[in-house]
Order: sequence, then structure tokens, then C-alpha cells
Amino acid sequence: MNQEGFHIIRTTTWSAGPGCHGGCGVIAYVKDGKLIKVEGDPDHPWNQGRLCARALAMKQYVYHPKRLKKPLVRKGQRGEGKWEEVSWDFAYDLIEKRMKKIRDEFGPESFIFAMGTGRDIGPWICMLAYAYGSPNVMFALSGNACYSPRIAALDTFQGDYCVFDAGQWFEKRYDDPRFVRPECMIIWGYNIHSTCPDNLFGHWIVDLMKKGTKIIVVDPRLTWFSSRAEIWLRVRPGTDSALALGLLHVIVKEELFDRTFLERWTNAFLLLRTDKNVLLRESDLIPNGKRENFVVWDKNSERVAFWDTEKLEFRPASTTPSFSCEIDLACVDGNTVRCHTVWDAFRKRVMEYDPSTVEKITGVPKEDVIRAARMYAKSKPASIHWGVPIDMTPNVTPLCHAIACLWALTGNLDVPGGNVVARFAFDAVAYALPGAEGIIRLKSKEQDIPRIGREKYGPFQKFIWRCQTDTAFEQIFSEKPYPIKGMWIQTLNPLAGIGMDPKRWREALLKMDFVVGVDLFMTPTLMYADVILPAATFLEKEGIRSWWVPLQSINKALTVDECKSDAEINFELAKRFDPEFRWKSLEELFDEIIKPSGLTYKELKERVWVLPTEGHPSHPYLRHEKGLLRKDRKPGFQTPTGRFELYSVLREEWGYEPLPIHEEPPFTPVSRPDLTKDYPLILSTGRRSPAYFHSEHRMIPWLRSIDPDPVVEVHPNTAKKYGIADGEWVYVENWMGKAKFRAKVTPIVPEWMVMATHGWWFPEKNPEEPELFGVWESNINLLIPMGQHGKDGLGAPIKHLLCKIYRA
Amino acid sequence: MNEKEVHGMLIDYEYCTGCHTCEVACAQEYNWEEGVSGMKVIEIVEKLPNDRYYLVYLPFPTEACSLCIGRVKKGMEPQCVKHCMAKCLEFGPVENLLEKMKGKKRTVLFRPR
Repeated sequence: MNQEGFHIIRTTTWSAGPGCHGGCGVIAYVKDGKLIKVEGDPDHPWNQGRLCARALAMKQYVYHPKRLKKPLVRKGQRGEGKWEEVSWDFAYDLIEKRMKKIRDEFGPESFIFAMGTGRDIGPWICMLAYAYGSPNVMFALSGNACYSPRIAALDTFQGDYCVFDAGQWFEKRYDDPRFVRPECMIIWGYNIHSTCPDNLFGHWIVDLMKKGTKIIVVDPRLTWFSSRAEIWLRVRPGTDSALALGLLHVIVKEELFDRTFLERWTNAFLLLRTDKNVLLRESDLIPNGKRENFVVWDKNSERVAFWDTEKLEFRPASTTPSFSCEIDLACVDGNTVRCHTVWDAFRKRVMEYDPSTVEKITGVPKEDVIRAARMYAKSKPASIHWGVPIDMTPNVTPLCHAIACLWALTGNLDVPGGNVVARFAFDAVAYALPGAEGIIRLKSKEQDIPRIGREKYGPFQKFIWRCQTDTAFEQIFSEKPYPIKGMWIQTLNPLAGIGMDPKRWREALLKMDFVVGVDLFMTPTLMYADVILPAATFLEKEGIRSWWVPLQSINKALTVDECKSDAEINFELAKRFDPEFRWKSLEELFDEIIKPSGLTYKELKERVWVLPTEGHPSHPYLRHEKGLLRKDRKPGFQTPTGRFELYSVLREEWGYEPLPIHEEPPFTPVSRPDLTKDYPLILSTGRRSPAYFHSEHRMIPWLRSIDPDPVVEVHPNTAKKYGIADGEWVYVENWMGKAKFRAKVTPIVPEWMVMATHGWWFPEKNPEEPELFGVWESNINLLIPMGQHGKDGLGAPIKHLLCKIYRA
Repeated sequence: MNEKEVHGMLIDYEYCTGCHTCEVACAQEYNWEEGVSGMKVIEIVEKLPNDRYYLVYLPFPTEACSLCIGRVKKGMEPQCVKHCMAKCLEFGPVENLLEKMKGKKRTVLFRPR
């Protein structure tokens, strides 16, 4: 307590509250149990005293008159808005009874546990679903197109995720002698400073720019970053993979790559058989050879040799592999096959993407492609950071592959100032995250078998432990192979935010026998719930944050009415669903999750944040050289070949394209000239506002006044062509539907594209059907289909559709 | 704070990213009604020769700004300066800020009413 009678609580942001993925150190000032204000913690290395508009508006959020404060049970029809306040015990009993009935009659997998992004929801919704026995945890975005695809892709090609280096691993940050400032950064589709997604602090890039980092920006919009870029690559949305391949083309052709990294740490030396375009395996050449081992051509002996993927050694050890060759080899099946190396195939592929071809596909002038490739490759170190537009295209995985090859081939992987391997601090993992398994898991592998999309899509067997969303969505209507009877909706508003084709999401909710919603405010989606439980903000709860570094505690500062944290709510019900539930209290569970750090939850609470130290696999740098990345502790990467995979073994096995490639998305002027006649403009959506996180915060006055209306950005020439003046209301329309926006006439966007904001509903309007808080008025998702995900179940065309605009 | 010194704010608007933190930091401190704030962030799309454009945000101190005189007297910075995500606002005696200004491009110096 300080001299003015405040209780001062040091804690960590994570939604609910600012909406973001958290990490900022916050000081909450509380007097007589009431929040007076929040400030940024100047001693916290993450934000160094800074705090964003959404976190600083917490007082209006916490004490908002429309916050849900008591459990509600539906009285009238769904959508009618008639509710009765009930006690927590009554709500818990009702939920337990109804959900157990569904489990008994249809099996646990018939209940979907659906979430959005933001809150610290992942572990606790998994805890509940798994205690109930259902593997069907759903992140409700088409193509699971936010972060999971990028993480799964990097797990596929390099065994670990990586992020740009801003010295976040060190207490002294930029001043730590181990940190090196990147000379150059490519910012790829990322207006990161608006909302700080992906467990990063956006203004770290601004810090780096002030210290001298030069930037290259890939973005169709004139953003703050692209204004300040050395080179701005104004790409046509959906063609980023061609651009990345074009950059690789220049780097390979001009030999600007890091030969040591290529030869030592990639799988460029493996032989491919050209008859089937697959890797040549030891079992192809030797009767008892292993399928897991691969073949190389030894330059010295001019004979075949083997790459042993268990020992991560050549056999014989004296092998000097050839990186380019063309040879005929006799296989055990009697056939002779012509073989070349992965490097040969990779070079052949990138040679297809010369700068002129890339200019034709992407619209980026070929000179700029060449300049950008040279600048990036010659800057040491250099890093790339990418945003959610990477996920929001069906070709996401090959796109990630191409970009990952950029940082790998230039020797920027896990070096100071480069792209640094990001792991959960101390490898303390709470739950089934992409590429990781945590403490909270299903009891048996058998329980995972009915998970929707698991059988069909490779990444869902290896890295992604959610349903494939579009497949689950279809299953709700088809009821094949089994019916979906209920939905648990927590931190999720598909009618307004995350749901594409949202009117069908309404139909999906109406099909459910039982829907539970957990949220902080009434939303259009919750109008279809049977029971609603009021959740707490980060200031009102105990918790942990273990996303990359540091490991942090969320320390409770106050209580609001009867609101409970998501973790508390789910813990209580998990106990009721699982007689063998093994934790007695949340604190006991927290203790177990953070055990690898050597701290108890109480101890972590005192420190609020803690960074892993030198020698730990979650602390940089050059961990592939030190043997810190693989379970067997051998130098290398956690991939099937132990190397960074220019050619992906897993993608080959799953039946997908194993090399980077560009594929034109489904609804563009190139792929659908027929539609372009009626819908001549590229529709892109989802530009960020610093006032909002997706569909949240429209009811917070301090934030709403910053960005009061749904906006569509239109170029002045385009506006003139369609007779639209700045500030006028317009319709954006295509074959799926239409939505109304206020035109912002601005050269920020190119003439051929409009950018519509997303997540709009109007908490000030009537909640009842048909108005539903005005959710059908300005909802850009009405123009976006479900079911257009990539071949591997990942990615969706959210950044590049087609539309027309006209005055409303 | 030396009462006789004239204090001001140096705004390095080249680095303002338009995050609106200053507006809400002020609103929280003074409990302003919506729309009122001591700071207002203005978006300017500068048209340059050869069909080029440049996007600038200018954090503009309004009539409501007192440079947090009460906080400053207690030895604290103004709320907007403390929280600025881009660290593009600096508070201090005008003389000192003028010196700092000499080493920076695209800055403005503000003195409150």
C-alpha cells in the first residue's frame, strides 16, 4: 500500500480486457476494492512502462454497466432475449445435467468446445473438453487461419517456431551484449503495432527502427510501416507466395545465400527420384534398408551413401555429399531410377519465379523484387516478421515454406538479430498447443480418434490438436459421421467476428440441443445460448501466461460482482464431468504447469515474470548447433531429417507439395475473371484498429470515440468512378451478401482494392432478433464463404475476395 | 519541478504510429467523458511528388492539456508521455527540449496554455 492508500498490484495483461495476447507488465491501483487506474510497469522488460489504449481503458471495461455479472438462463425462444438470473450452483447443476445427458446419448465427441482468440482460454477450454471426454476443441475460424497454420508450417519445416529478435529474452533487452540489432527487417503483412498479436509487442519494431534497423514492407496498403520502408512491395493480396519465391530466385541465382548453413543444416543433399518425384530412401536401394533413412551421393567415392535419421550421421561417416548431381541408381525392385538432389529440385523450382514472372503475378515491379532480395540477403543480421494475412490464404503452408527458406538460406535462423526460435519459457506448456503437448491432455489416444478433420488432414495428426473448423461446421449440418448436439462457446462471437458466412453460424447454433456461453458482455452470438456464465477480466483473476518468454503470473487485483475467471468456471465443471480429475485446486494445477521453471505459483506471483537463462532450450541462440532443439539432444532440428527441410518429408508423406510453390487463390481477378465482371474490386478485410481487438470493445466509450463507425477504405479515383464521397455510407456487395460501411476516401489503399474493417456489431442497438445488435448491417463476413480452406485444412481466403461498392 | 522553469512537450511525430494511447491515458487520469482528451491524434496522408504518399500521425495537445501539472509536481511524468507506445513524447523544461530538438528531425515543441 502506498501513501495515498492505494493497494498496488503488479500483474500481467492478457485478455479479457485489452483483447490481445498479453504480456505487458501492469500496475493496478486499487482503493477499497475499487480499481482507480492502471499504469504500465516501468520495471517490466516487455513493455518498459508503456501501455496501449485498450489496457488504459480497463476502468470503463471493468465497471461497464452492461457487463454480465450473474449467470443467466434463457426463458423465451433463442434470440428473443428473455433471461432469468440464477445462482452459480443452479447454473452449474443445469449445465452438468444437460451435458451429461448428451454425453450419455451421443458420446462426448458430439459436444464441441469452441473458442476465439485473445483470452487465456486455450488451456482451460481444453481442460473442460478433455474432462468431458471430447477431443473436439474448435478455434472457430475458417481454415483455422490464425497463427496455428504458421506454427504448424514451421514445425513441419524447421521443427520449431521462430519470431523476430527484439532482445525479448534478456532483462536488459536491447542493452544486453548478446543481442544484435537487425540491419534490416522485412515486415510481411503486419500492422503489428495496432494490436500486438501473436504474443509480441508491436512497438518493439519501432524501437528497432529508432536504433537504425531499415525495413522492407510487404503490404497492399500504405501503412505507417510502408511509408517508412526502404522498399515497399505493394503485393496483390493472395500472391505473397510468388513474391517470396521471387526473392528466393534472386538470392539463389546471385548466390547471396549462406553456403555453410545450406550445406551443414539443410536437407539439400538428399537424393530425389525423378520418376516419382519423391525422396529416395534407403529401403529403395537395400533389401533391409530403413524407410526413415535417406540417400546421398558421395562426391569422394562416387558411390551412394546414406543419411541415418536416427543417428543424424552419414553412413559411411567419411561421406562428402554432393549438392548437385544427376545419376541413375538401381533399386531393389529391379528398376533403374534417375536421381538428383533436393537442392537441384529446389533451384529448379525457384528458377520458375524470375522477377518478370513475379511482377506479372504480384504486381510488384521486378526491380523492387531484385532490390529487396539483395538488401535482405546482404544485411547481417536480418529478420522477417509476418502477420495473420499469411494464414489468411489457402496456400498458407507453401507460403510459410518459402518465407522460412528466406531466413534459413540467408543464415538468419536462431542468430542474434535474426529469426529466433521461440519456445514456451522453460518448456512449461499448459495444454495441447500447435506442436506441443502439455499437462492438460486427453486421457487416451483413442479419445482423439473422432476429432473432426484429424483423419483427413496431415497437420491435424501431427501438430494441430483442434477440429478442422470448416469440416466441423459442415458436420453440424450433415450430422455425418456423427451428430453435433451441443456447443460450449467461450471467448467467441462467431456471428460478429470470427465466423465466416455468419448467417449459417446462426443456423448452426439453432441446430444445437444445448449451448453454453461464457463471456463478459451480451453479444449477438450469446442470444442463442441456453445458459450464460459471466467471466472475469485479467484484473479479476489468478493465472499464468506461458507463451514464448517470459513466464508470467496474472495476479488478482479485485472482484466484480459474481464474475469468475474462465479457469475457475471450467475447473468446477471439469471436476463434475471427470470423477478422476486429478487436481484439487487451480493453484495445484498452476504449480504443475510451471514446475519446469523450478518455481511454485506462489513464488512466480511474487516475481510476476521470470526469464529462462543461458543453456536452457527456451533461451537463444544457435540452439541447433548446441543440440538444444531435439529430444535426443543431437545437433540439428526437430524434423524427420534432423535438418531444416527445403524439401518437406512430412508434406511428401501427407500427399502435399513438398517444395514451396505459388497457387492462385480461389476468388481473384486471375482465378475468376467471370466473377470480376460483376465484382471488379478486390475485397480485403481485417485491417487493425488500435481501439479494438476483433469484435470486442465497441461498447467502451473511450475506445469507440477513437474509431466510431465501420469503415471501408476506398481510393479517391475509385470513389470518383462510383460517385462516392468521403464519409458517405456505401454498400460492399458480392455474390454472398452485402454490408454497409462509411467510406473513407484515401490513397492508403490501391485503386483496385477496398479494405473493409471487420468485427462490427452495435452493442447500443436492440439485442433481440431480428436486429441482434445490428450484427447483419456492417458485417463483412457476410461476403466471405466457409469451406475454401487449403489442401492441408489450413488457411482461408479472408484477405482476397471480390466485390463491388455503391452508395447506400 | 522548478516552478520558474517553463515546461513543454517535445513531439517526435515521425515515430507516432497512431495508437491513440495518449488520448486514453489522459482520459483515464482525468476521467474525461468520451471524446474529450488532452491529446488528439490526427492522421495526415501527405501527398508527395510523383504520386507518392506518406502517412503521418500527429499527437496534438488540445485545450484540455495541462501537461499533467498535478502529476509533475509530484515528480511524475504526464500520463501520455509515460505510456506513449512509440516513446515519441518527451516532457521537460523547454530549454532542455530545445537542445534535444536540434538532434532530431520532424519534431514539434509544445507549450501548454
